[in-house]
Amino acid sequence: MSGLAAGIRLAEEGAAVVVSANGAGSLQLAPGTIDLLGYASGLVADPIHEITMLAERDPGHPYAQIGAENVAAAARWLSARIADGPLSPYRYVGKAEENMLLPTALGVPRPSSLVPETMAAGDLRSASRIAVVGFRGMKDFHPSLIADNLTRASGDGVAARSLQIDPPTDLSREPGTLNLARMLDRPGTAAAVAARLAPVVHEGELIALPAVLSTADPHGAWETLQRLTGCPVCEIPTLPPSVPGLRLFNTLRTLLAQAGGRLITGARVVGVRGGPEHVDLVRVQVSGGERSYGCRWVVLATGGVASGGLELDSNWQMRETALGLHVAGLPEPGAPRFSSRYLDAHPIGRAGIAVDRDLRPLDQDGRRRWENVLVAGAALAGAEPWREKSGEGIALSSGYRAAELILEADRHVAGTPAASTVAETVA
Amino acid sequence: MSTTDPDHHHDVLGDLIRGSLDHCVKCTICEQYCPVSNVTPLFPGPKYAGPQSERFRAGGESVDQSVDYCSGCGICTQVCPQGVHIAEINARARARMKEAQGVPLRDRIITRPEVLGRLGTPLAPLANASLRNRPLRVVAERLLGVHRDAPVPAFAGRTFRSWANRHLSGTPTSERVVFFYGCGTNYYEPRLGEMTVAVLEHNGFAVDMPAQGCCGLPLQSSGLFDDARRYVRRLAHSLAPSVRAGAQIVAVSTSCSLMLKREAIEILGLSDDAELRLVSGRVRDICEFLVDLHDEGRLRTDFQPVDQRIAYHAPCQQQGHGIGKPALELFGLIPGLQVAEMDARCCGIAGTYGLKREKYEIAMAVGEPLFRQIRDAAPGLVACDSETCRWQIEKASGLRSVHPVQLLHRAYGLGEEVEGSTVLGGW
Repeated sequence: MSGLAAGIRLAEEGAAVVVSANGAGSLQLAPGTIDLLGYASGLVADPIHEITMLAERDPGHPYAQIGAENVAAAARWLSARIADGPLSPYRYVGKAEENMLLPTALGVPRPSSLVPETMAAGDLRSASRIAVVGFRGMKDFHPSLIADNLTRASGDGVAARSLQIDPPTDLSREPGTLNLARMLDRPGTAAAVAARLAPVVHEGELIALPAVLSTADPHGAWETLQRLTGCPVCEIPTLPPSVPGLRLFNTLRTLLAQAGGRLITGARVVGVRGGPEHVDLVRVQVSGGERSYGCRWVVLATGGVASGGLELDSNWQMRETALGLHVAGLPEPGAPRFSSRYLDAHPIGRAGIAVDRDLRPLDQDGRRRWENVLVAGAALAGAEPWREKSGEGIALSSGYRAAELILEADRHVAGTPAASTVAETVA
Repeated sequence: MSTTDPDHHHDVLGDLIRGSLDHCVKCTICEQYCPVSNVTPLFPGPKYAGPQSERFRAGGESVDQSVDYCSGCGICTQVCPQGVHIAEINARARARMKEAQGVPLRDRIITRPEVLGRLGTPLAPLANASLRNRPLRVVAERLLGVHRDAPVPAFAGRTFRSWANRHLSGTPTSERVVFFYGCGTNYYEPRLGEMTVAVLEHNGFAVDMPAQGCCGLPLQSSGLFDDARRYVRRLAHSLAPSVRAGAQIVAVSTSCSLMLKREAIEILGLSDDAELRLVSGRVRDICEFLVDLHDEGRLRTDFQPVDQRIAYHAPCQQQGHGIGKPALELFGLIPGLQVAEMDARCCGIAGTYGLKREKYEIAMAVGEPLFRQIRDAAPGLVACDSETCRWQIEKASGLRSVHPVQLLHRAYGLGEEVEGSTVLGGW
């Protein structure tokens, strides 16, 4: 996501952009929401306010380099682009200064700032009576588990019950998320689902369905269900494959193409060439050998350990795989790397690329390694996104900020648009 | 054991490909993208047939018939964020299955375009009339298993080779490139070959056209690995002398060039073939080559306006190159040309897959989203880089389908015609 955000922002300002991607990116595994900051010392109500405090408290955190005002600007920018994007009138709702609490597939309230309109009605701060509805035969989505947990976790305010309806699919297909979503792409399917819902839901109840309401026209499917049942409808994110994540990825991919950016898949960045301070060429491994792309700027958005942007070997050495940047925040050899409890903070969890306020990577002595390389996304040191619920927020805002920094620098130099290469493994 | 000892050939790369299955984290991205499993339950999807089933094939045995329904489009490998060689694992598994269970006569015939071309060319009027003849196609379907409606191209009745033998290209001082034209150009679309040569010559190159044969890709995708190896080695042998003399190889078929660049080495286990490796590193797709020239400021841009609205489809195999969509950049240089980029991924044909009786319906269903997009875009013409995809699109959409280079040829003022292929059957 960080690479696509940077690429789109640069391309829409006229820069010649190449986004080189190794694989399709992890957005389609994610729920499709933009979580800026869910937890700091406790549950966060206003992410922007909390990010401001976090930046003072923890100057090594990526948000301290990005700045709260840039996080808010990035969120506004993304909302506007999605609203005018290829799935319009499907849009995102919410704002950076406020967290909603949306139900997860386990029935746990999850703090999110920007969410698809099709999820917003699930905000547990206002929902009271909820019918969690599953499709018979769909795996990994358990309405009774969700309903019980929601009732338990949300105290007296929420009364949730569970229901199962038959899926709108022919029986030769497993009713998985994608198959269901593609069924709902077809005209008439949403109405058929509504007809199954109408007799079993109560007036005024919120209908919570798995997030499968169409890949192509989610607004239409969602609106049809609301109109024909007379009830508010929300989607609950599922386990992968995630339909709202796929929608977001497709939206960004299309926006990049529309802005004139080049997306190159199946190309792994293996290094750069240039002088001591500047990179002139990005080398990529493709079929049949190596190619290189000339550039004025490089945004490294290859992700963390999970996406291969960082690699830890059995000798405790961690390396950044594309450019060989210095990895900061690694525990000393012999010191504990992991905590014994899975969900605790892990000493190795904050390792990554340290950057300055201009997102330039720093070497082991804290000096800028390159002047025209910027780092964005999960490769950044100093955060634990899975504990903070900050992954998409850091990805989006660092990518956006990297683009703004490049555009700013180029405005000072000359009127020519920047030529940039954005390396993205998994967003 | 030495890897260079021919008596103890050890397929190191093959082990790496198989070993890559351990990187699979079951993220399901390949399942989201697989065009085949999305339309038929006969193929359970790349993750299931690939990394998951492969664990049960440890002793080399075949455990699963469904892998035969993989079309080999390679999209799964392209989108995998963990670097699992899913399509390659599947191709090898299919070959083992064919080895154990036998190969149908049909697959031995339709996978040899060179043999078919040699037989069909002198008999073109008769051969084409037969392929156009409905009762004969029905008989051929019964006897051979080639679907009666499948798109088969018309023999040109002359070969590109015979033209090449008479053609003198460039001057002694011109920079030389080698043209790998492929069987499609040689037997079915010789005019495309002439246009490619003209475009290269227009840019100051002298084009060498050494005698050459089939790359073996159709054999490989039907699991006939030994035959495929023989063909690709022979081809590498005919191209190698020019490479040793310093020339680059420019190819007009993106699937055949991908075979040379990567697939033969990875899928057929020919990583130790020095001649193939030499050739592999010097192959460029024609559009890739021309965009590289443009990036170096060497491409002639004396384009005349082409007032036409076209739809562009980048074939799966083209995407396997890891070079983005260079055709789009070339189109951007042609004044007046309006290009609608299709983002549906696959036309379904996958070389010879869609010709097969039991797979024809699947191939058409795979291509349907693309055909729909093309119909919606209502272009005058479709551009696409692979010949079998062009034939499939032409048959399904009824629109002329051309190689991007044909539009460049016209824009350079080298000829007025934009000749499509002639597809027989199913009209």
